[in-house]
Amino acid sequence: MELIIKPKNKWWQLDLKEIWVFRDLFYFFTWRDVKVKYKQTVVGALWAIFQPFIIMVIFTIFFGKLAKLPSDGIPYPVFVYTGLLFWTLFSTSLAQVSNSFIQNEKIVTKIYFPRIILPISSIITNIVDFVIASSILVGMMFFYHYTPSLTGLLLIPILLLMTVFSVLGIGLLFSSLNVKYRDVRFILPFFIQLLLFITPVIYPVSIVGEKYRWILGLNPMSGVIDAARAGILGTREIDWLLLGISAISMLVYCIIGYFYFKKVERYFADVI
Amino acid sequence: MQSIIEVKNLGKKYKIGEQQRYLALRDTLTNIAKAPFSWFGKKVIGNNNEANIFWALQDLDFKVEEGEVLGIIGRNGAGKSTLLKILSQITPPTTGEIKLRGRVGSLLEVGTGFHPELTGRENIYLNGAILGMRKNEIEKKFDEIVEFAGIKKFLDTPVKRYSSGMYVRLAFAVAAHLEPDILIVDEVLAVGDVEFQKKCLGKMNEITTKAGRTVLFVSHNMEAIKNLCSRCLVLDKGKIIFDGETIEALSFYNNIQSDGKVNVNKGTYNKNRRGSGTLSFTDIQILNMDDVERNTFNVGETVKFKMSYEIYEKMEGLHVTVCFFSSKARDLLLTDMRYEVKKGIIKKGENGTLVLEVDLKTIRPGEYILYFWIGDKAAAKYGSAVNYDLLDDMVGPLIIKSDGVEKTTGVFTLNSKIV
Repeated sequence: MELIIKPKNKWWQLDLKEIWVFRDLFYFFTWRDVKVKYKQTVVGALWAIFQPFIIMVIFTIFFGKLAKLPSDGIPYPVFVYTGLLFWTLFSTSLAQVSNSFIQNEKIVTKIYFPRIILPISSIITNIVDFVIASSILVGMMFFYHYTPSLTGLLLIPILLLMTVFSVLGIGLLFSSLNVKYRDVRFILPFFIQLLLFITPVIYPVSIVGEKYRWILGLNPMSGVIDAARAGILGTREIDWLLLGISAISMLVYCIIGYFYFKKVERYFADVI
Repeated sequence: MQSIIEVKNLGKKYKIGEQQRYLALRDTLTNIAKAPFSWFGKKVIGNNNEANIFWALQDLDFKVEEGEVLGIIGRNGAGKSTLLKILSQITPPTTGEIKLRGRVGSLLEVGTGFHPELTGRENIYLNGAILGMRKNEIEKKFDEIVEFAGIKKFLDTPVKRYSSGMYVRLAFAVAAHLEPDILIVDEVLAVGDVEFQKKCLGKMNEITTKAGRTVLFVSHNMEAIKNLCSRCLVLDKGKIIFDGETIEALSFYNNIQSDGKVNVNKGTYNKNRRGSGTLSFTDIQILNMDDVERNTFNVGETVKFKMSYEIYEKMEGLHVTVCFFSSKARDLLLTDMRYEVKKGIIKKGENGTLVLEVDLKTIRPGEYILYFWIGDKAAAKYGSAVNYDLLDDMVGPLIIKSDGVEKTTGVFTLNSKIV
């Protein structure tokens, strides 16, 4: 085994082999995050259900009943919960990914490992939450008599992957900026909160005219949530155009985020 | 045969102030918005004003053969830690190239990544993985690690409930069972109580004498260097000034040390330099009574610390502290001298020089690490971290010799007589 350390690395190269070498560390980081998360809260795993559930109740009361937002004919609780499920995965992961390097500052400055392990492992914890929280959706679908379409079922893993990669793309950019610029951590919560309102979580995509709908697609989560509603609840055909645009924008964010991360990654220990 | 480590023309440069500045994205964005072209120009032409550049390492060339135990010594700020960081791939070099032919394990700190909420057992796995051990490797050594740390009873207790001694023992135990081809160790033996330090040194000895293991070892503990290393590099201001046998290297090092210069490291990149940045030491000299800079003294002499400072922000009261630590046990504070040197409001831009005289009548021969602190009244009285500056072990140790019989045990002589 020979390792050569040089001033410049091939930053366009994704070193999957190296990540494989460090797979045990990857496993232990994920394991640590899951363990610590459920150890620190009294209710443990229940929290994963409790949080989106309460938000659903509140949104149903205020946006569904009082503000009477349209929901494409779907009962508002199911409608908003489907969106919230993916939104919660997206927003909490994004917040954690963006802080993943500064939170592990001590490790980053003392030990070498492929840095990308940190953001990825912090997403996985949230996927565990996602799986737990989806049990509520299954229950609600029974209650309201919804059956997913076959395409919808097949689409779930793809939607999940799209969410993960959107988080990774945007998160890598933020987490790298966060290492260098100390105010990013204060901007982030605000930014994520804003995103909630330009993502069709509490309202359907259909409130935007057909002509301008592609603009929503620039936000990868729009396509994901819209397709999740159509597919998982099996109410209508999936809007493939919107999903396609979202997939492309996801890819663009991934490329931007990854390249910026690769460019600055090796200097983390110097500036953190 | 090929060398296991080859370092060619290695250099590392830092921009001064890269560390201290609070960089805000907001400011960077407004700057770009205000003057997009000048920002672009700066980027292209390079903002590398020579005065702002600090070479932490320069023109390093050396090879290490398989099985060799190489000591690296030098004052603080000489570049030892930077070298280890580059070798461990934590930070990239600016120039040159390194070839490593083997698996590298680096130990720049004990207990990296320990999580207080997790139990001892869980932390052994986590920390082992962070240090680069495979899961089955940890499993195989698990009992040995627990045995070495002596924490069997507390294995399932969260480490936040551990005493600091237990914590360190566990951390070192994990680290000591790391078995890479190349082991990089930075000053990690200076932890825990004396008894445990001995045990660690024993373990290090065992590791280094095992065939085929290459070790790079940085320490201020000259005894440890003497015992463990066959060859030493002496670094000074980022350059290798000596490369050869340990005994010769140590005497060479002692000679360059004795001019008593303190590296105040004004504003340069250095993790050891802590402080608020609102005031700072600008110069520290260690003098004998004839005002000659020295750092070797005989028992019974008087040492003078001449400390210059500058105030950058208005503050109230000025206090100074000088501490002696024994280099035998790094955490052992020997004495701490605190003085209030000024009362009332101190204006911005003020500077001055203080001289502290210390009588070395009761100290035993040995090496002592110094620690200089200056701060305002709030910092001295309430530990507020708003206005202070700290030079922590920025200089080679103060060496105390005795003209009579070398009594190297103990650190103090008490005034006593037989009646």
